[in-house]
Order: sequence, then C-alpha cells, then structure tokens
Amino acid sequence: MEKLINDFSFGLFFWQAIVLVVLILLLRKFAWKPILDSLNSREEGIKDALLSAENARKEMQNLHADNEKLLNEARAQRDAMLKEARELKEKVVLEATEEAQTKADKIVANAQVIIQNEKNAAMVDLKNQVATLSIEIAEKVIREQLSTTEKQHKLVEDMLADVTLK
Amino acid sequence: MKKDNTVRILLAVFIVLFSVNTFAQDHEVEHGENTELESHEGPGAVDTKEEVADYIDHHLQDSHSFNFFSDGATGEHYGFPLPVILWDNGLKAFSSSEFHHGETLAIIDGQHYKLYHNKIYKTNAEGTITYGEDGYPTNAKPLDFSITKNVLAMLLVSLLMFIIFKGLASSYKNKDIPSGFGRVLEPLVIYVRDDIAKPNIGPKYRKYMGFLLTVFFFILILNLLGLTPLGINVTGNIAVTFCLALATFFIVQFSGNKHYWKHIFWMPGVPIPMKIVLMPIEILGMLTKPFALMIRLFANMTAGHVVVMSLLGLIVIFQNWIAGPAFFGFTLFISIIELLVAFLQAYIFTLLSALYIGMAVEDHDHHPNDHSDDIPVI
Repeated sequence: MEKLINDFSFGLFFWQAIVLVVLILLLRKFAWKPILDSLNSREEGIKDALLSAENARKEMQNLHADNEKLLNEARAQRDAMLKEARELKEKVVLEATEEAQTKADKIVANAQVIIQNEKNAAMVDLKNQVATLSIEIAEKVIREQLSTTEKQHKLVEDMLADVTLK
Repeated sequence: MKKDNTVRILLAVFIVLFSVNTFAQDHEVEHGENTELESHEGPGAVDTKEEVADYIDHHLQDSHSFNFFSDGATGEHYGFPLPVILWDNGLKAFSSSEFHHGETLAIIDGQHYKLYHNKIYKTNAEGTITYGEDGYPTNAKPLDFSITKNVLAMLLVSLLMFIIFKGLASSYKNKDIPSGFGRVLEPLVIYVRDDIAKPNIGPKYRKYMGFLLTVFFFILILNLLGLTPLGINVTGNIAVTFCLALATFFIVQFSGNKHYWKHIFWMPGVPIPMKIVLMPIEILGMLTKPFALMIRLFANMTAGHVVVMSLLGLIVIFQNWIAGPAFFGFTLFISIIELLVAFLQAYIFTLLSALYIGMAVEDHDHHPNDHSDDIPVI
C-alpha cells in the first residue's frame, strides 16, 4: 500500500484528467455524435426499408390475388363470349340456310307459275293456229266440194234426203 | 460475407500486434544479458533474480525518458528524452536529458533535482537521499507535471483516437457503410452501444455514450499498446486508473436521481434501525464501486506485465536450452491471454461504469418493496 501511495504520480493524474476530459468533449462533438447519429439513421433506414418491403410484398400478394381474380373473370368472360359467338354463328347459318331455302322455293314456284303461263299461252296459240288451220282446210274442202253446180245440188239433195218430214 | 471480412481484419490486427509482441520478446531475450538495469543506478547486466525483479519494477513505472532499449555493456541508451515540467516555486521546464538517465543531478536555477526510481526529488548538491522508516525517501518532491512516457502515450493515443474516429464519422457522410478499418471500429461502437450502454442504462443511454465509448477505446488501445515492445504501461498505472474511476464516480453521482440518493441515505422498505445501519454501508458502497474499478484495471494490467516479464526473466535466469524455449512458449501463451485480458478489462470497466450509471438513473416505477435489482458492488 505504501508503495502504491509512493508510486502515485500526481502529474500523471493531472494529465490524465485533462486528456480524458478534452478527449471526451472533442470526440463527443466530432466523432461519437455523428457516428451514433449515422448509425441510428442507418438503422432507422433499414427498419423502414424492411417495413416497406414487407408492405410491398403484401401489396404484391394482394395485387397477385386481384390479378388472378381478374384473369379468371376475363377467362370466364372470354368463354362466355366464345360460346355466344358460336351460338350466334349457328343461328346465323341456320337462318341463312332457311332463308336461302325459302328464296329458292319461291324462285322455283315463280318459275313454275311462269312456265305454266307460258305453256298455257302456247297452248292457246297452238289451239288458235290449229283452229285457223282447220277452218282453212275446211274452207278449202268445202270450196272443193261446192265448186260445181252438180256438187252443190248433190249436197242439197243429200241434205234434203236426211231431212225427213215428220 | 461482411462479417467474415470484419473477423479477418480483426484477426490480422491481432496477428500483427502479437507478432510484434513476440518479436519484442525475442529482442529482449537477445539483449537479456545486457539490457539496462535500473537506469538511475547506471548500466548493468540483468542476470540474477533481484536484477530481474528490479527490471520488471522499473518497467512497470512511468519514465521521464522514452527508452527503446539500452546497452548494458557500454551504458548507452537508445531512445529520446522527454520534457520535465516542475512546479517548485515557479514553473520549471527542462529536458530529462539533464538527468542523464538518473546518473547525474539536474541543477536548475540553483536547485538540485535527483531522479530516483523514476521520481524527482529535491536534494542537496551531493544528491543525498534520506529514507524514512518505511524505506521510502523523505526528500521533498516538487510537483511533477512532466510529459512522461505515459503522458506521451496518452496524448498519442488520444490523437490516434481522434483521427480514426473523426475519419469514421466523416466516412458516414458519403455512404452508409464504412470501408477499410472502419469496419473493425463500427462493430465495436455498436457493441458498446447495444451490449453495454443500452441494457444497463436504459432509455437515457445516449447521454453517457460519449464517456463510455471514449473510455472503452482509450483503455482498449492503451492495453493493446502495453503488449507491444514499446514497453508502455499506462493502464497499469494507479494514477491513470484512479482518474478513470474518478470520472465514473463523478458521472454516477451527478446523474443520480432522487431514488438513487434515497436508497443510499434512507433505504425504503426496511425498518428504521436497518435504515440507520444501511446508511453508512451504502455510503461506503458509493465509494467502493469506483475503487473496485480502479484496482481491477490496475491490478489486471500490472499482473499481466509482471507475469510476461517474469517468464522472460526466467529465461535469463536459467539460461539453458530447455528452459529457454519452454518459458518462451509460456510467454507466448500468456501473451495470448493478455490479449484477451486487454479486451476484457476495457469491456469490464465500461460495462461496470454503465451498470453504476444505470443504477443511478434508473426509474423506480415498480413496487417499492421490490429491491431484487439492487445489486451490491462487485
């Protein structure tokens, strides 16, 4: 203990005290404060970044779910539209076929009517011609038969023969 | 990956320091026979037990000159003198070379000063030292404010700390993560903050970070420096540890809130006679805490130096081919332990300072009868 007391150097203590106080004050101002502030702000930054990353992840998840939903809806819509289109197509084709059939039928019917009419007209014409021809022939025959007086008398006689007085 | 790098850098630092240390030991072994012996008594060989003990004693003390080594045969010292500043009826400053390593008296303004066991005494013209009953000189001592080896080391370490931590601080201006040596320092700073200050002091820790960080790095660097061949033993000096402990003491007392003082002078929750008995104990505890801090650091560092140097001294004393390598191996082993101790003591000093501050600033919002956390001094 005496040795310790004898060894105690007041000068060293004095310098140590000054050095310590000055060092603490200087380092506090120029080193520790900026270092700790930077560390704090960096840690805050990391915390914020992690939080926002987590939020982004959640948002992403939501978005993904939304997308999935939208996709499903779109798919369903597409299917529905396709189905509708198919049906429409079938309907249109059917209608067109039907319409074409009716039109064709109508055309055929018209054609038949016209053919009938033409046929009738032709028949009438033919009949007329036949009649004219027949009259001409008859005229010629008659003219032949009645060309002489004898023949006229003969006819009259024949006719008269047929006519019997009742 | 980053952690790996840090570990690697730390390891590299250790290896460098350690190799320098062992180099120094080799060096000292080589010069073992003719290294200086108590420079104030002139050169001589360090061969016997007493001489080794004296040499160790000499090493543990502060010095007025910075000696790297001395040649015992020729009496030459390799180093440089340091300024001596005395307050003895006025300021007196001169170079320690005036003492010629203790071999002559320094005569300043007609006053004779003698360097004896690294202390400056006033003597008569013959340099007579009178001894008291306890074996210590009774000569008058002038107030010695010399820039001794330890003061120089302290100043250099302070400068070094200022430069490296200013550098660390400014490295944050450009980017978030420091590069190079800052990667070693940053984890230590974070360690002091997260594992020493925060858990022990609580939410008010920020106010004490300046003190804790400064003290931690100051002790750590000086401890490590003590392991180098420079032969600096600052933290193993009682005046230094006294000052550090005193700083903790004052900070604790000035931070103490009313709960702290109430616990000391009028312990709540115990009967009145107990309060009276406890008061002096608590007041004593107030003082024993920093006292323990002072002694712990001093004793640990001194013991480390003594053990390392004693083992080296054993090589010199035995002087044979078996003991040499064996004690060299021991020294190596102890040096590694000392490296651990250097960190450990810096940590413990800071931790206990933080703990004491924490006890002083703690808010006692809990049940008044619950004193389970009133941990006594260690």
